[in-house]
Amino acid sequence: MPSAGTPRRSRHRFGKRMFTGWAVLVYLVLYLPIVVVVIFAFNQPTSVPQGASPCSVDPSRMGNVTVWNGGTTCWFHTALNDPTYVPAVKTSFWIAFRASLIATVLGTAAALSLARMKKRWRVPFDVLVYLTLVVPEIVIAVASLIFFVQAHNNLSIFPTLGESTILLGQIVFSASLVMLIVRARFVGMGSSLEEASFDLGGGPIATFRQVTLPRLLPAVIAGALLSFTFSFDDYVLPAFTNGTVNTWPIVVYSAVRFGVTPAVNALATVMLVVTVTLILITGLVLRRSGASDLTGAPPPTIP
Amino acid sequence: MSDQSIDYDVEFRAITKRFGSLVAVNGVSLKVRKGEFLSLLGPSGCGKTTSLRMIAGFEQPDEGELLIGGSDAVGIPPYRRDVNTVFQQYALFPHMSILDNVCYGLKQRKVSRRERRAKAGEALELVQLTGRDSHRPAMLSGGQQQRVALARALVMNPRVLLLDEPLGALDLKLRKEMQIELKRIQDQVGITFIYVTHDQEEALSMSDRVAVMSNGVIEQLDTPRAIYDHPLTAFVADFIGDMNFLEGRVAESADGGYAIDAGEGVVVRGRGHPAGAAIVRVGIRPERIVVERGNGSGTANSARCEVLTKMYLGDQVQLILRLANGSEFVVREQRTSAAPAIDSLEPGDTATARWDEAAPLLMADLQPQKDGE
Repeated sequence: MPSAGTPRRSRHRFGKRMFTGWAVLVYLVLYLPIVVVVIFAFNQPTSVPQGASPCSVDPSRMGNVTVWNGGTTCWFHTALNDPTYVPAVKTSFWIAFRASLIATVLGTAAALSLARMKKRWRVPFDVLVYLTLVVPEIVIAVASLIFFVQAHNNLSIFPTLGESTILLGQIVFSASLVMLIVRARFVGMGSSLEEASFDLGGGPIATFRQVTLPRLLPAVIAGALLSFTFSFDDYVLPAFTNGTVNTWPIVVYSAVRFGVTPAVNALATVMLVVTVTLILITGLVLRRSGASDLTGAPPPTIP
Repeated sequence: MSDQSIDYDVEFRAITKRFGSLVAVNGVSLKVRKGEFLSLLGPSGCGKTTSLRMIAGFEQPDEGELLIGGSDAVGIPPYRRDVNTVFQQYALFPHMSILDNVCYGLKQRKVSRRERRAKAGEALELVQLTGRDSHRPAMLSGGQQQRVALARALVMNPRVLLLDEPLGALDLKLRKEMQIELKRIQDQVGITFIYVTHDQEEALSMSDRVAVMSNGVIEQLDTPRAIYDHPLTAFVADFIGDMNFLEGRVAESADGGYAIDAGEGVVVRGRGHPAGAAIVRVGIRPERIVVERGNGSGTANSARCEVLTKMYLGDQVQLILRLANGSEFVVREQRTSAAPAIDSLEPGDTATARWDEAAPLLMADLQPQKDGE
């Protein structure tokens, strides 16, 4: 039967195309909004007075900036010279950097010790860790605010509301996040490699440095990146605990109230370009060092 | 510490190890001679791996003394012991090259880069795996990974090399090859090998001595030949090779010989001295039994039987027989001639099973040997 396979094969090919189409659709839904943000960074106000720069228009007279009115690049200049925008981004970046660094160290250490702990001790800690992730952020934010104010009132060395309190609040959440990610990989890794290292004369520190950490690195980096992202665009917690400090999300939210200009889009575009570049560089470095498998599965054995 | 301890690389003195309520190793004493190839053989859960892990330092004994090279090893962590392990799943470092894997131990000892490369090269040559230095372990086959694991441990030139079922993950053909390899390497380097396995053939073919373990105790410790020819307990007899058992009343015992009445005209005559008990058990190896067609005379060491099953094992023909007294016997014959006599028998046929006086082995269900030497 020479023709028997043909209809089945063509149906198979059709199915494959459907899957590809679906994947393309999913990616469109995910990334189209970002593309729109970038495009509208070059948008003009609805009406620009004769002879004036499109970006000198008062935000309240901007008109409908969600409609394309023609292109300009002046928003990038405006955004980078705005008295609040760039400092706010710098503050957010600096907080996120420290938060992710500290949370990664704490979370990794917690993951290693919890994974080896007796169940009787591990379970209560686990519950606490999950609590910080499931309790709504607004609840944690209110609780943090009360705690920080009371703590400062009763203990003068405790910092006033500001960068430090934003940092403290975010570390609690991020450390839990890092711990979950790192522990999953650590448990999946098993203890045989560490035993092999001990067997070959590697002490606890040498083993951690040469065997455990390199094997955990993908999870540690993933945890650090996630904490950074969480911290950078977090609004709720800083809105309660910021004192007088303005983070980037806080500035954007308040800008929305007075009418948002494409300058926000322009700054977002700059940040997007920087972030994507950083991720690409990280990926390249990781591939070079051979730690790019984020799955945590043991390497396949060729029979 | 007595001077004679120096002749032993590893010594167990009444060691007990418990996991919760489970006794994994129960008062085991064992002396491993310098340079010997000793196998710990037994079914899973018999305590052989736990014993090995105690020597390696991954577990600590609850009771008893452990000596390595004549000095107390209890409480000393694995990284300060002069023993190295070849792990069951190899446990190669996946993020390092083959060369870095083999160099790892020497690096911990702060051996210079040049020297450790030279030594690693020698070790890889010894296990016949060269030209793969820069590969990652995942790029090698199971057999090659096995060789890397071996080289990684041998390069340390340990006092004792521990092998934890190292061939378990390999296919049969490769396993046979590696058995010969391991024996060759051990002869060449002269290091004491302690080899854990559940494969009796592996243990018998490679070892100088075999310790058969069951339920946390050593049932018998002897040369492979003695273990096979003179098993002390029914467990050892059954675990090492196949064994046909007969049980009966001692009818006669004199002049280093005995006769046992196993019922329904089955009489076993053997050499030796049945100790005490009126009811004793004897074992007969399948290859010591000859089967002939027809209804033979009902004399001693000759039993009428019925053929139940016939199987071809390639080089051998195997029959399952039912004796007149109801016992089932396994019998095997080599197919050395084109038509072995046994091959003419078919299921349902009546036949006679015969053996000589040297074949029956008296099974004393002895207390497990307490002193390992």
